[in-house]
Amino acid sequence: MIGLVDCNNFYVSCERVFQPHLEGVPVGVMSNNDGCVIARSNELKALGVEMGMPAFELQQWVNQGRIRLLSSNYELYGDMSARVREVLEEFSAGVEPYSIDEMFVRFDGFDAATTQALARTLYRNVRQFTGIPVCVGVAHTRTLAKLANRAAKKLPGYHGVCVIPAEGDETRHLLERTALGDVWGVGRRLVERLAIQGIETAWELRNADPKAIRRRYSVTLERTVRELQGTPCIEMNDIDEPRQRIMTSRSFGRLTGDLGELQAAIRQHAQRGAEKLRRQDSQARAVYVFLKTNPHRPDLAQYSPGIIVELPEPTDDSRPILAAAQRGLIEMYRPGYRFMKGGVMLLDLLDTNRQQLSLLDTPEHAAQRERDHQLMATLDELNHKMGRGTVRLGMPRKNAVWHLRCAHRTPRYTTQWGEIPTALA
Amino acid sequence: MRAPEIFHPHPAPPYRALPYPLATIRAGISGFPSPAEDYVGRTLDLNERLVKRPSATFFMSVAGDSMEGFGIHDGDTLVVDRSIDARPGHIVVALVDGEVIVKRYELIGRRPYLCSGNDRYAPIPIADLDCQVWGVVRSVIHEYPV
Repeated sequence: MIGLVDCNNFYVSCERVFQPHLEGVPVGVMSNNDGCVIARSNELKALGVEMGMPAFELQQWVNQGRIRLLSSNYELYGDMSARVREVLEEFSAGVEPYSIDEMFVRFDGFDAATTQALARTLYRNVRQFTGIPVCVGVAHTRTLAKLANRAAKKLPGYHGVCVIPAEGDETRHLLERTALGDVWGVGRRLVERLAIQGIETAWELRNADPKAIRRRYSVTLERTVRELQGTPCIEMNDIDEPRQRIMTSRSFGRLTGDLGELQAAIRQHAQRGAEKLRRQDSQARAVYVFLKTNPHRPDLAQYSPGIIVELPEPTDDSRPILAAAQRGLIEMYRPGYRFMKGGVMLLDLLDTNRQQLSLLDTPEHAAQRERDHQLMATLDELNHKMGRGTVRLGMPRKNAVWHLRCAHRTPRYTTQWGEIPTALA
Repeated sequence: MRAPEIFHPHPAPPYRALPYPLATIRAGISGFPSPAEDYVGRTLDLNERLVKRPSATFFMSVAGDSMEGFGIHDGDTLVVDRSIDARPGHIVVALVDGEVIVKRYELIGRRPYLCSGNDRYAPIPIADLDCQVWGVVRSVIHEYPV
């Protein structure tokens, strides 16, 4: 059996752990730069606030004190996510994070009769240990576990935990009540095509002939059918693999055409990107730099260039990456445009441990590489210990346009000593 | 909801070990292994001592003087473990009316109270309060100016 543990309104729940007075209040968390709503409490959902709604449209409610909007606090969410994972790992060696707030948990090796009790324990312990409320769905396959989790969340009778067997009336009822669009891996296009064939619920899809489905649609959908029947077909081996590209970009706080400001922004993005690269033990072969003007300002001249600069050799060193990004910027910069956004993407990543050395490599090279490696490790450690941006290449400007707007960010309660919560004595 | 990036900071602060007295690895020039060799790498780690369950452990700082009788002073750092079920006698962090407070959980007669370690503050009966235990305080860190 496999379980899916899904945190309820994860970002908002993280905030509420340390701000109990937010309990019961409509709370939203905003995207980078406080642009739009990316997470909502149930109360906020009930007010009709949609995902992605621009924050300024809600400003009036904020001013009236009806709702609370917070800047995103990714450091806190990342830490809380790691804690949830750790609690689950006390039970199972097979915990696979699927996203920041969803984790698959293998129930292998446990007696099937105890599954319900075990799932209930996971539900209770994550809530108690971390303060994050979760729902748990358990079934024979990931696709069914997803459905079980959905049921645990939506149907109050389950009290947050739903275990479904492969066969039986309960399973049948649940599948009959599940629209195709709610099945994992079935997109909107497929829903339309299947509807023409008379398949509209998860139950009907389950009873379709897998081979016919494969001929008519795809292997992927055939797998979904088998998964609904209770045969595991989807593995998540790829989930822990490092990402194949790294992107750091951000809207500037205001439009700018000043080369100096753009350079400072690109410098910052390149360094952040290189840091992420080292964290996942990869090296980049190329750097993509891009700028964007504001397409919603037709009164202004539009120019959204992008350029790829190849690195002399694969590297995770901030300096060549930064140099390449700056070269790209100079190459494509044209005065007279006002840019809204800029960013750096690191492309064609490879595993550091499988790096191929150049034919011209010499012992001097190796020694230099070792020194470079140490320099970068020191840089990362300082930034990790003392806070991001303690040591930087070049001097980013104070109050520069690209600084993150996060006027409403809560303290980083669990990752910075200076920001831990206070208990009144 | 998918974050643009996933941070994985460790819930506990980074491993910070105290150096164990380092013995020389070889005894003299004779090349005989030193008896201390077996102990190389053994260090004392305060995290290991104070943080029993990293996933459920949180740090909080103290504001106020009501707990001085229990050795908890203004500005101290509490090590709070959420995985422990509170029993009478535990120092707890509790949520009372949306506020986060630190008190001692006690039974007086057979009624539950949140008690202070300072005579100027009366015990708070929790029977008719909106009160919830947030976590149990395992230890307190008091740093002296040096």
